[in-house]
Amino acid sequence: MKKCITLAQGNGGAENHALIKELFWRHLGNDILDRGEDAAVLKALERPAFTTDSFTVSPLFFPGGDIGKLSVCGTCNDLAMMGAQPRYLSLSVVIEEGFEVRSLEKIVRSLKKELALNDALVVSGDTKVVPRGSVDGLFITTSGIGELQGEGIGIKAIRPGDAIIVSRDIGRHGAAIFAAREGMELESALESDCASLWPQVAALLEAGIQPHALRDATRGGLAAVLNEWAEANALCIEIDEEEIPISDEVRGICELLGFEPAFLANEGTFVLALDPADVPLALEILEAFPGGEAAMRIGEVKGEYPGKVVLNSPWGTRRFLDWPTGELLPRIC
Amino acid sequence: MNLTLKNLYDDFRDPKTIRALAELIHQESEGLERPVNIMEVCGGHTHTIMKYGLKQLLPEKIRFIHGPGCPVCIMPKERIDHAYILARQPDVILVTLGDMIKVPGSRGSLQQARSEGADVRFVYSPLDALKIARENPGKSVIFFAIGFETTTPMTAALIRRAEDLGVKNLLYHINHVTVPEVMRELIDSRDEHIDSYNNRIDAFIGPSHVSVIAGAKIYREFPERYGRPVVVSGFEPVDVMEGVLMLVRQFTQGRRELEIQYKRSVTMEGNLAAQRQIDEVFEKRGLFKWRGLGNIPHSALKLLEAYAHLDAEKVYAEILPVEEIEDHKLCICGDILRGMAEPTECQVFGTACTPSKPLGSCMVSSEGACAAYYKYGDLLK
Ligand code: SF4
Ligand code: SF4
Repeated sequence: MKKCITLAQGNGGAENHALIKELFWRHLGNDILDRGEDAAVLKALERPAFTTDSFTVSPLFFPGGDIGKLSVCGTCNDLAMMGAQPRYLSLSVVIEEGFEVRSLEKIVRSLKKELALNDALVVSGDTKVVPRGSVDGLFITTSGIGELQGEGIGIKAIRPGDAIIVSRDIGRHGAAIFAAREGMELESALESDCASLWPQVAALLEAGIQPHALRDATRGGLAAVLNEWAEANALCIEIDEEEIPISDEVRGICELLGFEPAFLANEGTFVLALDPADVPLALEILEAFPGGEAAMRIGEVKGEYPGKVVLNSPWGTRRFLDWPTGELLPRIC
Repeated sequence: MNLTLKNLYDDFRDPKTIRALAELIHQESEGLERPVNIMEVCGGHTHTIMKYGLKQLLPEKIRFIHGPGCPVCIMPKERIDHAYILARQPDVILVTLGDMIKVPGSRGSLQQARSEGADVRFVYSPLDALKIARENPGKSVIFFAIGFETTTPMTAALIRRAEDLGVKNLLYHINHVTVPEVMRELIDSRDEHIDSYNNRIDAFIGPSHVSVIAGAKIYREFPERYGRPVVVSGFEPVDVMEGVLMLVRQFTQGRRELEIQYKRSVTMEGNLAAQRQIDEVFEKRGLFKWRGLGNIPHSALKLLEAYAHLDAEKVYAEILPVEEIEDHKLCICGDILRGMAEPTECQVFGTACTPSKPLGSCMVSSEGACAAYYKYGDLLK
């Protein structure tokens, strides 16, 4: 195969077939995909959950992950957050002409690795090559089907008195991407939190914990999840600022650029609303996972300011934690 | 870059220290005969006060007036139009800092220009503009320079460096403004507007970053000529609380002085080398229009005549309109920037005007007063 992707490799002909066979099938192959039919024929799942997501990230390779890992984590995590075990994924890749085959292979390998962690399979796929300049390197879309394992998990199940937990320290993905994009020379080894969350969710469910709601804090960060929950239920979520776990590196980047950690994206951090009685066990389980040492109970659901998130400062003042808005821009001075 | 910045903020957000300062301010204010109105000139302080809920810790006798101190907030529409027009010229890359790209002019914001195909980029440091100019030799790169005394030396450094390197395709649109002139304007101007103004400014909190460069000395006239004390303070909650305490003490002890709270890096004289650098490329403008405040003499900088060929305002003079543009009728940014009104007094605050759809610049800049009120609310007062 050539060193760089050419338009011919997206033409639907021999070159296209070779690319799919030699690259995608070789790494991702399985009984269903290998049949090479137009549609994957699946065994019926009892209670299927279905989701889709597109991934664009710059740079494509960042500390702690790459777009391949991200595109599996993202879709599998959406399933996991409903208490569904990821099972089957589709994979659609739009590649810019001239993209290096070596990088593409690296991305596919990383996809494969992450699929294994979820015990999920790619059963259907598509590849397009577009002229230089039409996409920024490579875009990936994945859709996923999973099988519901948990009972009654969803935004509407949140109720007053629920405790709010975060599964680890926040803001890593956003901060790592910013640092990588802006070419800041970081002395510290700040890595994205990019990870699959099904193993954590499975462990919680197996231990008999029934979370009321789960949500991975992706774009918009912790602030977006909490505001969404508060608004959807006309409840007030009250958070203790001091309890929010944030690493020194993330805090440092936020200080420099004037960001709030709660607005930064995460790719392997989730928020749980659950019965306060379940908190100690849930924390114990989360702590066993990488990064989970930082898992914390950060607040609870109340009724005082319906639809709002209130942040209590350690010196006794209170304010709203608002929705993040617009593009994150660094402060001027 | 060293990211062990922990000590940079830890001590200055220490809950015990903040509480203790609040306690001291309460005790000290008992000796005040009447309430004190403190204007924080800079939006950075407004932001600290709102974000950390400091008002909630202070006695009623201490009132904050939010000042005009944000270079984004005070940028008049005609100059944003300049940026917009320049950005839309063929083969031009317009470069500016952060929030500026969100501010709407009369034709649109730079963000809109970008979505319409213009090449608009924001940078963290003016020196990044040099890199962009060198990487794009076939294009004209225009640096739309904004900021107070704080960012001026960086623009000066950029200009000198580009000269030294013989970079020919980098031009500048200069919008640097200076703090003391606008403070003087707020005290001095006595139009019918100001007479209806019941929030007399008793004292100022001066922004530390401005004085790191320009020195605390730029505020000398306020205690001396106007009897208004000034304390130059940092931006952390502990800094602001300590600054307030220092001001209250001046009042209870009958002093009117210029003091520095932020001794960590502010001196009376400031950074003389940086000041020299500024003087080598800039001079004062006769007049500069501030949004909501009107024309203020000598309150901004422009390039020296020797650099006229790099001055985008001159090079593109033919296509840059000079007429003044009115602000939105309902928007009371002007009164807010003068300390005459609070954001919540604006009819459209939080309804027709929100951070995602701002009518006025006070809502656009993340450090504008309206944005701070909208974002953090104010639960207790
Ligand atoms: S940008 Fe922010 S910190 Fe800088 S002068 Fe304006 S308000 Fe102050
Ligand atoms: S709320 Fe909006 S319209 Fe009203 S003063 Fe503030 S920026 Fe202007």
